[in-house]
Amino acid sequence: MSRLAVPKTYKLYIGGKFPRSESGRTYEVATAKGAFLANAAKASRKDARDAVVAARAAVAGWTGATGYNRGQVLYRIAELLEGRHAQFAGEIASSEGISLAAAAREVDAAIDVWVWYAGWADKYVQVAGNGNPVSGPYFNLSTPEPTGVVAIVAPQASSLLGLVSVIAPAVVTGNTVVVVASETAPLSAISLAEVLATSDVPGGVINILTGSPAEIAPWLASHADVNALDLAGAERLDWVDLQISAADTLKRVLTPVTGVPAPSLDRIVAFTETKTVWHTKSLI
Amino acid sequence: MTLVNPVVLAPAARAIQMLGGDLTETSLRLHLEGLSGVDAVGLEERAAALGTRSIKTASKAWALDKIIELIDLTTLEGADTPGKVRSLVAKAMTPDPGDMTTPRVAAVCVYGDMVPYAVDALGAAHSRGTGNGINIAAVATAFPSGRASLRVKLADTADAVAAGADEIDMVIDRGAFLSGRYGQVFDDIVAVKEACRRENGTYAHLKVILETGELNTYDNVRRASWLAILAGGDFIKTSTGKVAPAATLPVTLLMLQVVRDWHHLTGERIGVKPAGGIRTSKDAIKYLVTVAETAGEEWLTPSLFRFGASSLLNDVLLQRQKIRTGHYSGPDYVTVD
Repeated sequence: MSRLAVPKTYKLYIGGKFPRSESGRTYEVATAKGAFLANAAKASRKDARDAVVAARAAVAGWTGATGYNRGQVLYRIAELLEGRHAQFAGEIASSEGISLAAAAREVDAAIDVWVWYAGWADKYVQVAGNGNPVSGPYFNLSTPEPTGVVAIVAPQASSLLGLVSVIAPAVVTGNTVVVVASETAPLSAISLAEVLATSDVPGGVINILTGSPAEIAPWLASHADVNALDLAGAERLDWVDLQISAADTLKRVLTPVTGVPAPSLDRIVAFTETKTVWHTKSLI
Repeated sequence: MTLVNPVVLAPAARAIQMLGGDLTETSLRLHLEGLSGVDAVGLEERAAALGTRSIKTASKAWALDKIIELIDLTTLEGADTPGKVRSLVAKAMTPDPGDMTTPRVAAVCVYGDMVPYAVDALGAAHSRGTGNGINIAAVATAFPSGRASLRVKLADTADAVAAGADEIDMVIDRGAFLSGRYGQVFDDIVAVKEACRRENGTYAHLKVILETGELNTYDNVRRASWLAILAGGDFIKTSTGKVAPAATLPVTLLMLQVVRDWHHLTGERIGVKPAGGIRTSKDAIKYLVTVAETAGEEWLTPSLFRFGASSLLNDVLLQRQKIRTGHYSGPDYVTVD
């Protein structure tokens, strides 16, 4: 007897919860060959607004955690990803139209990238910070600090590896993110949300929206409570306009990348601000 | 903004007109317990339905300004200082320094001992009963519990009025009300109303806080609303903000129904003030809809409807900025409370 197919209806991930889109809209996700795969929520500007509110609320706790603690939390996610390896591989294979073996390699790469970034949590300050030479009886120290809420347009072609490569560098320093996932292949993003919901990441640190980046990105770019904008996956959007509206509120902006951004310390430091403090040496 | 001057009657006059000259605990009880019961399911359904009205942009812009005009900007913390009150007053006068078209709030609401600082900070912007400017509301009668002797409560009230408060927010004795001693609650309100009398014979506006979160049933809320009106309250107010649940939409709807019925019966308009727990513009707009569709749009004026709130104002300002600029604003663009 043939079984009845049970296609999933996916939702958004905002503030640690899985709400439907405020607009009530959904769209159909298809395989690379055009067969029906699932329904996904189509986020509206109000969902983006809610996600920013959730992300802002999570900043204090996540930034306040020690680097060591953040590293542990992120590393734990890598463990969970490993546990769901087969699910991710299956989703990538069907929605990106590549072989299961190639999809499995993508998942491996995504987990490796995650672990690589998790390791930086308690190290980036030492590498990117400085003890500055000054001509006085002072210590003068510059340290990078997270900038706050980062809005991200995830790479559109690589649904998991691309996503992980933009989320991890932003959250490792203590930023919180609102990420717009791949429009055509959002399944990995929502499965990642399911992983995050059962991990130790506080709700609101990573918020995932599915839907049209062209519709949502302008609202995030102009939002006054967003501190930085990563346009990694915005190659096909009118990203210069996004950059212009981001400039109104002095956001840090990373411009689009072709393919998947390679792991680098630069991506981590891009979403930090340097704080310089003076401290007297007189007590020595 | 105009404050309708309270009818200068002996404070118990309403009750005597309504219930007759032989006003006793028994006649009061018979009246209050003779009120019909509240259909709780129907009330909640109605409130939920009122919350689903679609508000279009132009109406929303109007509603946001209206909300600001109806706010009693409040600080009621044990940690309040004169400096905190001064910054509250500054915010009341200029809610959004980036947009001078923003209206001013109706009143600032502070503890009685902070009234002199508020008077000082308001200066010429203080209405002083002229109906033009910002009022000062003071909570009195051993707020928020109301657990003090009547003598202390009256002294508390008279003190705030003498210091320059235009409005007094009193709490009822919930213990007495819940044990059925309606006469005692009635006498307290009458006495406090009397203590609101200024030297020149006018009265400070009296808001009676029912603390609906402690009254347990909708029937009790309806009885307490009638009791407060009969005893001479100019406003009935839901809560102190110190007890959860504070203001809810169904409770406010019920109180508005009482006020509407009173108006039908006597032609007199009583004010309603939901306080506590209204933090977002979205919620506040639901209250405006409820007022307009229950008591009527003429209630949407500071002398008949107020929001007791502190964080609501910032949310309204953010929404105003969103409408003005076309993009979402953030907490960095409004003052910290």
